[in-house]
Amino acid sequence: MIDFFITPFTDYVFLRRALMACLALALGCGPVGVLLVLRRMSLMGDALAHAILPGAAFGFLVGGLSLPAMGFGGFLVGFLVALLAGAISRFTILNEDASFAGFYLISLAIGVLMISTQGTQVDLMHILFGTVLAVDKISLIMVAGITSFTLCVLALIYRPLLIECFDSGFLRVVSGWGSFYHFIFLVLVTLNLVSAFQALGTLMALGMMMLPAVSSRLWARHVWSLFLLSSFFAIASGYFGLLLSYHLEWPSGPSIILIAGLIYVISLIFAPFGILKQQQGID
Amino acid sequence: MDHSPSPFWKPFKEKHWTIRCLPQGPIAIDIKHLSVKYPKNSVISNLTCHFTAPSLWAIAGPNGAGKSTLLKTLLGFQKSSQGKITFHGFCPCDVAYLAQQNQLDRKFPLTVGDTIAMGLFREVGIFRRYTKEQQDTMQATLSQVGLSSFAKTPLQALSGGQFQRVLFARLILQNAPVIFLDEPFTGVDGRTIEDLMKLIHVWVQEGRLVIAVLHDLDLVQDHFPQTLLLARQFYTRGPTAQVLTKENMRRAISASREWEDNVRTL
Repeated sequence: MIDFFITPFTDYVFLRRALMACLALALGCGPVGVLLVLRRMSLMGDALAHAILPGAAFGFLVGGLSLPAMGFGGFLVGFLVALLAGAISRFTILNEDASFAGFYLISLAIGVLMISTQGTQVDLMHILFGTVLAVDKISLIMVAGITSFTLCVLALIYRPLLIECFDSGFLRVVSGWGSFYHFIFLVLVTLNLVSAFQALGTLMALGMMMLPAVSSRLWARHVWSLFLLSSFFAIASGYFGLLLSYHLEWPSGPSIILIAGLIYVISLIFAPFGILKQQQGID
Repeated sequence: MDHSPSPFWKPFKEKHWTIRCLPQGPIAIDIKHLSVKYPKNSVISNLTCHFTAPSLWAIAGPNGAGKSTLLKTLLGFQKSSQGKITFHGFCPCDVAYLAQQNQLDRKFPLTVGDTIAMGLFREVGIFRRYTKEQQDTMQATLSQVGLSSFAKTPLQALSGGQFQRVLFARLILQNAPVIFLDEPFTGVDGRTIEDLMKLIHVWVQEGRLVIAVLHDLDLVQDHFPQTLLLARQFYTRGPTAQVLTKENMRRAISASREWEDNVRTL
C-alpha cells in the first residue's frame, strides 16, 4: 500500500515538486473555477486559456522554457485578448462567445507557428500539454504566489463579487462598481490559467479549473462548500493523476485531467444533483 | 441573462450623463424630450413625462415598445440620444430595481437569507458583518413576504412565486425612495401577485414612487391608478381609466406595427 501510494513521492524530488504544484494550483483554481461556472463564463475561460499560448510562445523565444517568462507573456496576451474580445462584441453584432472563439483560434495558430519555427517539436509538446514533472523551484514559488494572491483577493471582494455573479444589474445600481469587480475577476482567471499552464499546458489548463468546479456543483448547494469541494476534487485529481502517470508511465497532464474527468462522470451519475437522484425525484 | 462582461475600458464608476440630480425638494422624476436610439432604430422618441412621489405608475404597451428601455435609461444603463432626465430629491443609487426574473439564475447556490441580505449592501458594505438588529430586520422582512421559515432554504428549491417574494424582500430591505419593477408578475401565481400588490400599495402609502413595467393590462386596470402607455413614437399618460381606452390602445398597436413594418423594409 505505502509502496504504491507514498513511496514514489518520497523517492523522487520531481514528483514531490509536481505534487506541491498541483496542491497549490488546486487551492487557487477551485474557487475561481466555481465562480467561472456560476457566471456562465466557461466558454470564455476556454478562450482565455488558449489565448495564453502566443504570449507564452513569445516568452519562450525570449527566455527559453522557463515558467516566469512564459507566464508573464501569457498573462499579458491572454488579458489583451479578453479586452479585445469584449470590445469587438460591443461594437459588432457578434456575441462575446463568437468573438472569443475567433480570437483564440487566431492566437492558437500564431502561438504554434512561433514555437514550431523557433523551437523543437518537444518544446511545442511541452507548451501545449504541460510539464508538471519539470516544475523547478522558481515555478513552484510562482504558482504558490499566484494562489496566495488569488485567495487573498477573493477574500477581499467576496461579497460584491458574489452579488455581481448573481445579479449584475443589482450591484450596478447599488454601488456602480460592478465592472471593477468583473475586471478583477478576469485578472484572477487569467493568472490562474497561467499557473495551470505549466502543469497542464495551454490545451488543458482549463481542465483543473472547470472539471472540479462542475463536479462540485453536483454535490453542494452553498458557495463556500462549492469552493471547498472543488479544491478538494482538484487536489485529488492532482494526486491520483500523478500516481497514475508514475505507475503506468502515462503523460502527467492528461492523467490529471482524466482523473478530474472521472470524478465528474461519477458525480454526474451518483451525486445528489446527478442523474440518478434527480430521476428518483429527490430534491 | 446579462452576465456578459461590460467593456473594460469603461470608467469603473458609471457616469450618468443624461441624468441630472437635484438633491433638494420632494421626490420626483422629470423627463423632457427624451429619445433613445439603438444603432439601427429609435426606441423612444421625444418622451416628456413627470412622475412625483408618492404615486404608483404602470408603464404599459405592446411588446418591443421600449418599456424596459425606458427603465434602463432611467437607471443609466442605457444612453439616451437626446433629452434630459432630472431626479429631484434622490440620486441614481437611491433607486431599487427589480430586473426581469429571467435575467437571474434561479439555481444559483445561495440561500434565501443570503439573497435578501444583499438589500442591505449599501449599509453594510463589503466587509462588515450583519448586526443583530439587521438580522432581526431581515427576519421580519421575510415574514412580511410570507417566507418566515425560509431563511436557510436554497434558492433552487423555490417556486417562481416564492422566488419573486424573495426579490421583493430584498427590495424592502433596500428601503429606497424610488422603486422600478420590470415585469414583476411574469410567471408568478395569482395568490403571490395579490400579496405582492399589497406590498406595493404599502410602499406608495409610505411616500415612495413606484414605477412598474407590465404587459398584463387587466392587472394595470385593477391595481394601478396611473399609467404611461408607451409604443415607440406614440405615448399617453394619466389616470389609468383615461389612458387605457380603446382608441388609445388602437393607436398604440398601430404605432408599434408601423414601426415593425419600417424595420422589415430596412
